[in-house]
Amino acid sequence: MASQDIIARSATTTVPPSVRQLDEVAKLIDTTKCIGCKACQVACSEWNELRDEVGHNHGTYDNPQDLTAETWTLMRFTEHERDDGNLEWLIRKDGCMHCAEPGCLKACPSPGAIIKHANGIVDFNQDHCIGCGYCITGCPFNIPRISQKDHKAYKCTLCSDRVTVGLEPACVKTCPTGAIVFGTKEEMKVHAAERIVDLKSRGFEQAGLYDPDGVGGTHVMYVLHHADTPKLYAGLPDQPVISPLVGLWKGFTKPLALLAMGAAVLAGFFHYVRVGPQRVEEDEHPTAPDNSVHTVDPAVHVYDPTKPGGQGEQRP
Amino acid sequence: MNDNKPILRYNANERTNHWIVAILFMTAGLSGLALFHPVLFWLSHLFGGGPWTRILHPFLGVAMFVFFLGLVFRFWRANFITANDRLWLRRVDRVMLNQEEGVPPIGKYNAGQKLLFWTLLVCMLVLLLSGVVIWRAYFSQLFGIEVIRLSALAHALAAFVLILSIIVHIYAGIWIKGSIGAMLHGWVSRAWARKHHELWYREVTGDKTPGNHGRKEG
Repeated sequence: MASQDIIARSATTTVPPSVRQLDEVAKLIDTTKCIGCKACQVACSEWNELRDEVGHNHGTYDNPQDLTAETWTLMRFTEHERDDGNLEWLIRKDGCMHCAEPGCLKACPSPGAIIKHANGIVDFNQDHCIGCGYCITGCPFNIPRISQKDHKAYKCTLCSDRVTVGLEPACVKTCPTGAIVFGTKEEMKVHAAERIVDLKSRGFEQAGLYDPDGVGGTHVMYVLHHADTPKLYAGLPDQPVISPLVGLWKGFTKPLALLAMGAAVLAGFFHYVRVGPQRVEEDEHPTAPDNSVHTVDPAVHVYDPTKPGGQGEQRP
Repeated sequence: MNDNKPILRYNANERTNHWIVAILFMTAGLSGLALFHPVLFWLSHLFGGGPWTRILHPFLGVAMFVFFLGLVFRFWRANFITANDRLWLRRVDRVMLNQEEGVPPIGKYNAGQKLLFWTLLVCMLVLLLSGVVIWRAYFSQLFGIEVIRLSALAHALAAFVLILSIIVHIYAGIWIKGSIGAMLHGWVSRAWARKHHELWYREVTGDKTPGNHGRKEG
């Protein structure tokens, strides 16, 4: 993989290698065209050589029940009853949104375990992952999963290996209805705008594009029939942001804390230099000739009442 | 009264307990700092790399807490804040300048040491509770995401306060000659005890034989 187009790198305080200019890419998922066939799930599994455990039916079409370290994308099915009593089947392909400001990358403590490419793809480098799960803590979309086999974090790569060589992601290639399309982010916005005009003309007044500003925009976007209430789609966050708690945890506070610790050490050092140590004067001018060699008087041992065993101790 | 005989300030069990906690603090602290800020990630090499640091840190932390409880049970009674301590705190500027005029005589511990004791206890409790929540391998699945985020923040904050407190603690040991010896081999000179902990000195050497229940000097 190219390493000259990394515009953000986890736990790195200097500028990563980023001279290469790339157009931002985006995957556009049109929930209004999705038929829930799960071909994208299969294609993801095939291309990435992932074989999740065969699970059980829990009474919904969601299979498996949740994203895992071996399931990087998942169709989530919601039966939504409209005000007029009609039922709507809302199907959303869940997976990494490839945020412009990734919470996972902000939270990650391991240098280079999470990188963001100039084209917008946020990728995990499992070789640098230490398995702490901070990416889960930082993610506003609840996407990364830690494998129980190797204790590394996994998620959708946006098929960064395919995109690098000019191919579209596997899920895009396989989608039979054209509900998933891929291109530059600008092209995808134009395409989405056309879809939204069409949807509005057909009665979906609230149709719109999901490209949330709170995380700087995303490189996986949705066309939603109900863009005013993303929550309907299996809990898609209305206003996703990196939690203020994570911001405080991983923000300006840490360098300040380091500075304070260093300052405390320096303060101690200069206190010693300027004020000096406290010595007991009697020790400096011993009056008793045998001050350095003691015959321990048994009487002193009664001064240690907590530990009778201590009475046997001799001063070294 | 023989003025040359040293006084046992800490017995062997107390000293051992203290240094076990100290060693665990250094290892838990360094492994935690490795994950605290990127410029300190190199500390993870001390523990065999990033994954080993992640694996070891919580176990070291729990062990530190358990042994710290030993110190708490042994010393908490000697750490009640008294009116005398408030006076000492008002005069702490003089203490810092090695001046003794107007600084009240103190017992086994001065107000600074007592505040340190309670600060450490609070930090250790916060670290333990928040640490369990963010212990991804075993416990995080039991908690909601907001609790985990709050715990991550609280853990870092408590660790920061703890490390600052220990920096002060270590420096105090370097500054006050004789106190490192008190914790290494246990003994202090009578002059040291009189100068730094006069009430304690009077208590352990007073004419009245101290009662066997005098736990305060533990």
